[in-house]
Amino acid sequence: MGQNGRKVVITGLGVFASTGKERESFFTNLINARSGVRRISQFDPSPLSVQIAAEVPDYNPTDHFQPKRLDLLDRFTQFALLAAREAMESSGLEVQEEERPRFGVVIGSGMGGVQTFESGCFNVYARGATRLHPFTIPKVMHNAPTSQISMEYGAQGPSFSTSTACSSSAHAIGAAFHLIKYGQADMVLAGGSDTPITMSMMRSWESVRVLANGNGNPASACRPFSADREGFVMGEGAGILLLEEYERARRRGANIFAEICGLGMTSDATHITQPSVDGPARAIRLTLEEGEMRPDEVDYINAHGTGTPLNDVTETEVIKRVFGEHARRVAISSTKSMHGHAMGATGAIELVATVMALERGVVPPTANYTRPDPQCDLDYVPNQAQERPLRAAISNSFAFGGLNAVLLVRRLKSDPM
Amino acid sequence: MDVAAKVVEVITREQHLPPGTVTLNSTFSELGIDSLEGVNILFALEEEFKIDIPDAVAQNMKSVTQVVDGLTRVLEGKDISDLVAIAKGSTPAASH
Repeated sequence: MGQNGRKVVITGLGVFASTGKERESFFTNLINARSGVRRISQFDPSPLSVQIAAEVPDYNPTDHFQPKRLDLLDRFTQFALLAAREAMESSGLEVQEEERPRFGVVIGSGMGGVQTFESGCFNVYARGATRLHPFTIPKVMHNAPTSQISMEYGAQGPSFSTSTACSSSAHAIGAAFHLIKYGQADMVLAGGSDTPITMSMMRSWESVRVLANGNGNPASACRPFSADREGFVMGEGAGILLLEEYERARRRGANIFAEICGLGMTSDATHITQPSVDGPARAIRLTLEEGEMRPDEVDYINAHGTGTPLNDVTETEVIKRVFGEHARRVAISSTKSMHGHAMGATGAIELVATVMALERGVVPPTANYTRPDPQCDLDYVPNQAQERPLRAAISNSFAFGGLNAVLLVRRLKSDPM
Repeated sequence: MDVAAKVVEVITREQHLPPGTVTLNSTFSELGIDSLEGVNILFALEEEFKIDIPDAVAQNMKSVTQVVDGLTRVLEGKDISDLVAIAKGSTPAASH
């Protein structure tokens, strides 16, 4: 291994989201600008002022898991296992016994098993329960998906969970990338999962006043970069990718979706909710530096693009600062306009979209764009997918709390023979 | 009340086992019941029988026969000092 580390590639993709429960339907819906936002169905949302979310539709846990297994799986772990299953199947990877210590799992989550925890709290506070189910802790803990996936696939290498709000899964994937690059693992399942659509979480977000209120027309509620944007829509889901050391992937004849070659991480260190320009801009510069790429080699930016008035202006400013003149040529889109803001899972779900865009040369649009905002004056690929050759792309994740993580992926350059 | 039949029913339900799997001769280890699942069964039995099962009795429940025996003694208010003595020499159900 040289000083610059080993090359790392993405050989498996898995996604479980409101816009698709596997990658093909997920990406088809994105490029056709189909929204996954609907009226909330997991509970009666009538008391809420915002009654919509990007929920995974028609989800029945017993279609996927045995009842006994479900006793131990909160919804966020179920989603993670389903996305991991797709990532493993798409990779064709068969892990040999002796390779297990070199196989890791890194999964991010912002809220963990909040559904299990809330129902437990309700039983304690409202019903006076004196004890809770003994599985409460193993279901609620943030590392439950990491542990369950690790057991499912016999991954005995470096494994942990990350929790940095909206950047959780970008940090997880970045950490996995570095584990392989610097030789601590050869394969890592990495991504995120979050299922925060509960009455209490919705109430909490209502108070922050960042949710779009689109009860009358859920599908068009989230309008990133558009002048009439009102905020984000709460989402849920999981995205998991298999990262693999390049030589190993090549030897086994794996299908390589893309190379992951950059991670930029910074902290704003300014304000707990308001984003800065400096922090995210430094994160993008760092990821380009690690990937040894010039800004004008990046053809697509999957934006953090929450659709809040503040984020989208700030992110536009960030892109202009880093990319200069190229900012006007690079394709930028927010797929959150369709799959909502899946919190700790969103970075991974967006990286799946980014990798598929790169692989197919199709940029998914920013849906629901109606009219330009003078402060957001770049090419956001409004409403219609664009076919264009893409060499490299970045995926932005800027968390509440000012913690930024930017991932850089590129089409695999063929080796000199 | 048929304590044994109720115990078999509760264990079968909580472990999602096919009917007929749990018999009076089954041990927890044969049924694949780990320590946390054992706690869950204990809670379910307390609800079912509307009683508190003392720790000393609970710690000696490693088979269906032991569960039925322990429960019967608690329900009938019998002496459990032998179980207390055994429990004192035993280890906690869960680590970490």
